[in-house]
Amino acid sequence: MSVREKFDTELHSSQDQLIQLSTMAVDALGKSVSALLNHDIDAALEVIENDVKINRLEEEINDRVILLIAKQSPVATDLRRLIVIIKVATDMERVGDYAVNIAKETIRLGKEEHLAPIVQIEKMHKLATTMLMQVIDAFVEEDVAKAKEIAELDDQVDDLYGQVLTQLMLAGSEDPGKISQITQLAFIGRYMERSADHATNIAEQLFYLVRGRHYDLNK
Amino acid sequence: MSTSHVLDQKSKTAGYEADGSLASAANSVYETKQLNLWYGANHALKNIELDIKENEVTAIIGPSGCGKSTYLKTLNRMVELVPSVKTSGQILYRGRNIFDGDYGVEELRTRVGMVFQKPNPFPKSIYDNIAYGPRIHGIKNKKILDEIVEKSLRGAAIWDEVKDRLTENAYSISGGQQQRICIARALAIEPDVILMDEPTSALDPISTLKIEELVQELKKDYSIIIVTHNMQQAARISDRTAFFLNGEVIEYDKTDTIFSNPTDKRTEDYISGRFG
Repeated sequence: MSVREKFDTELHSSQDQLIQLSTMAVDALGKSVSALLNHDIDAALEVIENDVKINRLEEEINDRVILLIAKQSPVATDLRRLIVIIKVATDMERVGDYAVNIAKETIRLGKEEHLAPIVQIEKMHKLATTMLMQVIDAFVEEDVAKAKEIAELDDQVDDLYGQVLTQLMLAGSEDPGKISQITQLAFIGRYMERSADHATNIAEQLFYLVRGRHYDLNK
Repeated sequence: MSTSHVLDQKSKTAGYEADGSLASAANSVYETKQLNLWYGANHALKNIELDIKENEVTAIIGPSGCGKSTYLKTLNRMVELVPSVKTSGQILYRGRNIFDGDYGVEELRTRVGMVFQKPNPFPKSIYDNIAYGPRIHGIKNKKILDEIVEKSLRGAAIWDEVKDRLTENAYSISGGQQQRICIARALAIEPDVILMDEPTSALDPISTLKIEELVQELKKDYSIIIVTHNMQQAARISDRTAFFLNGEVIEYDKTDTIFSNPTDKRTEDYISGRFG
């Protein structure tokens, strides 16, 4: 195998690991929301336990990429691709952390009946998941048009988050005894909104990878 | 010729670089216009258009046989030593065509020094190596020669290492030191331009680093054109990079652009190690 072929093989392995990491993070987010909606403490605990696998895989990807940079001195698109892999891995690992945070809030909430904004939070999750899945596809296909659509979905997530906060404030004024759940749902809304932001970040990284220039898709 | 190069050229006319920043105030030391060169029937350089800027380091990269060393040797007309060489087009050095009939090759070479791949000191003392050029140009005064030798050795960042060994044979020192002696020898004739043909390919990493640091220092006073096979070296030390392939300039741009976001796929393939 030539040196260049070896480099390409290592690069592809890193990309495969990144896709695996992304799938695990999106899966964790789905399980945490499902645990929340079903008041399922065991499922929430499982999400928390499994996070170590996501963290370990992110570290493996970083180590592999750093070794490739050190040994092969890549330039131009090769270098951008490796830097983007590291950055996307960080974004996805954060999504895994938000899943853990949601799982912890789920445990705190216990069997307490949810307030109305849970409906918007569920919608936020669906959108965020669509964005994250789509950005992984876009990344694999290096399709910037697909990446651009993700930023547009992010506006819908932000709108829903606004609705969640307004409704929670209203609920707080009506029933101050619910303040604990109101705070927890506000946090969960925030985690979901941040997860969608990470999908947008990844879309921006894809633009950087393909075009070699920085784009702000949140404008 | 790449689009970015064309843009670069056009934008410079307006005083701006392609990225919108103000163009370097540097003048062109060399302007190459439609240069073609043949070794017999072999068309080695094809329609070369290159502006080499003053007080910059210009790197020339490309696979073996792409014409980069031929181009370098054309800049001081050394290529004419090959009997079958034929050229067309122009190379303007400071505005004057070096191929003009009345342009003396000696005159050109007092302005353009050259450093080769392998250190090639004369089998003489370190002092005599440096004093050789000035002596040929008629300087006999010992005090003046002493000053030139010291200044040149300081300029090549080797004075402190050899000041007590000036009478020793230049072959008695290390390869890296010999190469800096050769650079000092080039500086002794107070050139305007220094051509370097793979100056570190025969050196260890520490000597290479010293030469690279020296090149950075020298560009304050000289314009440097360096042919290198070492991509990282070109990326580290040059301001602009020209990529040659099969006798053509494929892309010529700021080094930062060439190594981060080249325009031509062939450039990207070469610097990424996909061929060459």
